[in-house]
Amino acid sequence: MHEYSIIGALVEQVEAETRARGGVAVHGVGVRIGELSGVDCELLASAYEIFRPATICARAPLTIERVPARFNCGRCGRAIAAGEILRCPDCGGEARLSQGDEILLMRIEMEVH
Amino acid sequence: MCDSCGCGDPQVVSVDLHQRILKANDGAARHNREHFDQRGLVAINLMGSPGSGKTALLEATAKASAGRFKLAALSGDLATDHDGERLRAAGIPAATITTGSACHLDAAMVHHALHDLDCQERDLLFVENVGNLVCPAVYDLGQHANVVALAVTEGEDKPLKYPVMFRGADLVVLTKADLLPYLEVRLSAFKEALAKVMPAPAPILLSARTGEGLEDWLSWLDRLIAQRRRHALHAARA
Repeated sequence: MHEYSIIGALVEQVEAETRARGGVAVHGVGVRIGELSGVDCELLASAYEIFRPATICARAPLTIERVPARFNCGRCGRAIAAGEILRCPDCGGEARLSQGDEILLMRIEMEVH
Repeated sequence: MCDSCGCGDPQVVSVDLHQRILKANDGAARHNREHFDQRGLVAINLMGSPGSGKTALLEATAKASAGRFKLAALSGDLATDHDGERLRAAGIPAATITTGSACHLDAAMVHHALHDLDCQERDLLFVENVGNLVCPAVYDLGQHANVVALAVTEGEDKPLKYPVMFRGADLVVLTKADLLPYLEVRLSAFKEALAKVMPAPAPILLSARTGEGLEDWLSWLDRLIAQRRRHALHAARA
């Protein structure tokens, strides 16, 4: 259940970024989480709900954008489906994850004066 | 305040950031890595389930590598210093990180624990992570390589069930090889499952009890140390 520690880090980051920009309140937070990031979106959402009262995020709903895992051959670029052998059937190159390992803070909706 | 009419309503702006949520941990990990590099120490994050044989692997490594390379270890557990005691009894200078309720080590915990460990003149630092196939994969500790210990008793499907852990592994050590004759698992099925989550799996089948596979493992460590030293040399020249 590392999702709690990720939410702890997220709230600290939101607070620091908001203060640095002269924001006085936060109205929304957007994150991007990859399918192979090791972070479970449901657990992340519930951890956020438990964590956010009494923080700068108390009135800020969390929007989670989920990113599916995609693999491509590192040599020829051919798409390789997740769940298949991670070697290119055409050229034998090693598959690389082109998306799906993101754990990103994307956006803060902040109130400024 | 609202710019357009001066009504006094607060203004809400959307700020685009695109930054890693774990950037504080990433910074601490970078610091650890610099510390390791300055001391010529190669750090390995050793992960795996509880009971997968991580500590036994290190005990066997200490015994088999005497005179070949010098080890040090940090061992993470929710409670007790049992693994630390075992490692010290095997001749490895070791400190324990007791995490309380945390299911993984992070870079700051490793940084603090390094203050209690004398790594002078050591070649390899093993960071034995908390037994867990999920959470430790998410946190960079500053290591140069990830090794996952997977016991053959755990079953062939574990790589498919925990793809994040195995995807990040530089090496998988299939431990408890001496138990294979008593199990209904197939080595080929382990390899096939690994090939679906790692592009270049080359698992080492090893038994800490019989010594099978230990030489392959020590050779892999030799190659890793040599590779890091070459890298350090290039960095110094640049």
